[in-house]
Amino acid sequence: MPNYILSYKSFGENAILIEWPKEISDAVLQDIVGFKNKIHKNIKLQDVIIGYNSILLVYEFVIEKSEHKIVILKKLYLQKEKSESVLDHHWVIPVCYDLEFGMDLEQLSKEKKCSTNEIIQLHSQTMYTVFFVGFLPGFLYLGGLNSILYSPRKATPRLRVPKGAVAIGGEQTGVYPNQSSGGWNIIGNSPISFFDVEKEVPCFAKTGDKITFKSISLNEHKEITEAVNNNEYKMQPVL
Amino acid sequence: MITVLNQGIYCSIQDLGRKGFANIGVPISGVMDATSAKLGNQLLNNDLNEAVLEIAFGGVELQFDEDTIVCLTGADFSPKINGIRIEMNAVIKIKKSQTITFGKRNYGVRTYLSVFGGIQAKEILSSKSFYKEISEGIILQKGDAVPCKTLKGQTKQTYSKIKVDERHFSTNGIRCFKGPEFELLTKTQQAQLFGAEFIISNDNNRVGYQLNEPIENTLKPILTSGVLPGTVQLTPSGKLIILMRDCQVTGGYPRVLQVSEESINRLSQKTTHDKILFVLK
Repeated sequence: MPNYILSYKSFGENAILIEWPKEISDAVLQDIVGFKNKIHKNIKLQDVIIGYNSILLVYEFVIEKSEHKIVILKKLYLQKEKSESVLDHHWVIPVCYDLEFGMDLEQLSKEKKCSTNEIIQLHSQTMYTVFFVGFLPGFLYLGGLNSILYSPRKATPRLRVPKGAVAIGGEQTGVYPNQSSGGWNIIGNSPISFFDVEKEVPCFAKTGDKITFKSISLNEHKEITEAVNNNEYKMQPVL
Repeated sequence: MITVLNQGIYCSIQDLGRKGFANIGVPISGVMDATSAKLGNQLLNNDLNEAVLEIAFGGVELQFDEDTIVCLTGADFSPKINGIRIEMNAVIKIKKSQTITFGKRNYGVRTYLSVFGGIQAKEILSSKSFYKEISEGIILQKGDAVPCKTLKGQTKQTYSKIKVDERHFSTNGIRCFKGPEFELLTKTQQAQLFGAEFIISNDNNRVGYQLNEPIENTLKPILTSGVLPGTVQLTPSGKLIILMRDCQVTGGYPRVLQVSEESINRLSQKTTHDKILFVLK
């Protein structure tokens, strides 16, 4: 496993920011996850926030001497440890790309000069990696979007993007876990729940997991929505 | 029970926040001015994390359906029980069917109402704090009934009262540390941050405070990375946003400063048109 040159910075009174080189890649993500697991095993923290090339460690108390904490972290990073790799799951997310949901699909098809079917294929044939969860509870930052589908955010964001909207923003794609404002191009809708406080695990996916989208019909969307509402739909990872 | 007769402008239930769920994108939330909220719980001998009502800009009318003791801390909006002025920062007895109202603003923005034993709201993800999509409510509304405990038997007379440091409300100094992207700023830009006062824009709420005066901005966006309450972001327009308790857990704008915890509390008592001055710790 490559060891990167990391930067450690004190961040306010009770946090330390660790940064990797400025790149979005699976290799950096693997290294971040490996280090995060070691940190979890050895240090008690209030919160750990992962970014594309960073980990923000939020301590439970005010840090008196950040240099001490940083020395400990640096040693920990270099420690050869049989990392008990946490199992990464692969989740298949049903998405209905019908124009009823995919309100920007036709516009995108014109811009890209390819049919809506081709766009759907490009979007659903890719294996995406979950980099981290941010923006909204349960919003997954996914890496791996096919470059043909890169598409700038809308100049004026929509005030109401519906819950479950599957969208493309810049070089990213994602699913809005709840109704929110947003400027991404909407191409479909997923009936499943990405964030549910009633569940023991409110968000099924985690950093490092894999995601693929599966195209479903309007009817299937309706059926799954009903099952989700009746608490009869359970997400199962494929291995 | 406390019945909401008038909901005022923005009244919510808050404790010290929802910690430990940032990895699934859940904001910390919690009381904006933790200094004032903790003081109320302290005077009532409550656990410091007990939930309180955070009342921004007064205006609420609350009817008590129990005999209990309460304490009002933070902003002074001339509180009254059944029309009679009561003291701030003091333990106050209140009887069944009496109402608390607020009037003229004397200082501050956010008042905290703590009650004996704490507000008994549903705990979701280890916190009673209101937040959209997580708690059942976002703000308390007219007709809502908020559960609280009855003070039984010992109605021992209590005279607990404390004088608060008025600088908590009056100072314009906001103490801060350098943020992760501070060193990317030019010397001129750095000097702009500390050289003059900034005015709080009317875009200020529990998520963040935007400041009116832009500074020169030549920085590119960063790769999305963690942010915290108190993080000062430099937006593409050059305007600064100070993130507050309900902020997202990640962001893509350069983080030029990090406001100290105590100064987040002080800032929470300021609003539109108030002036602040960043002071480097």
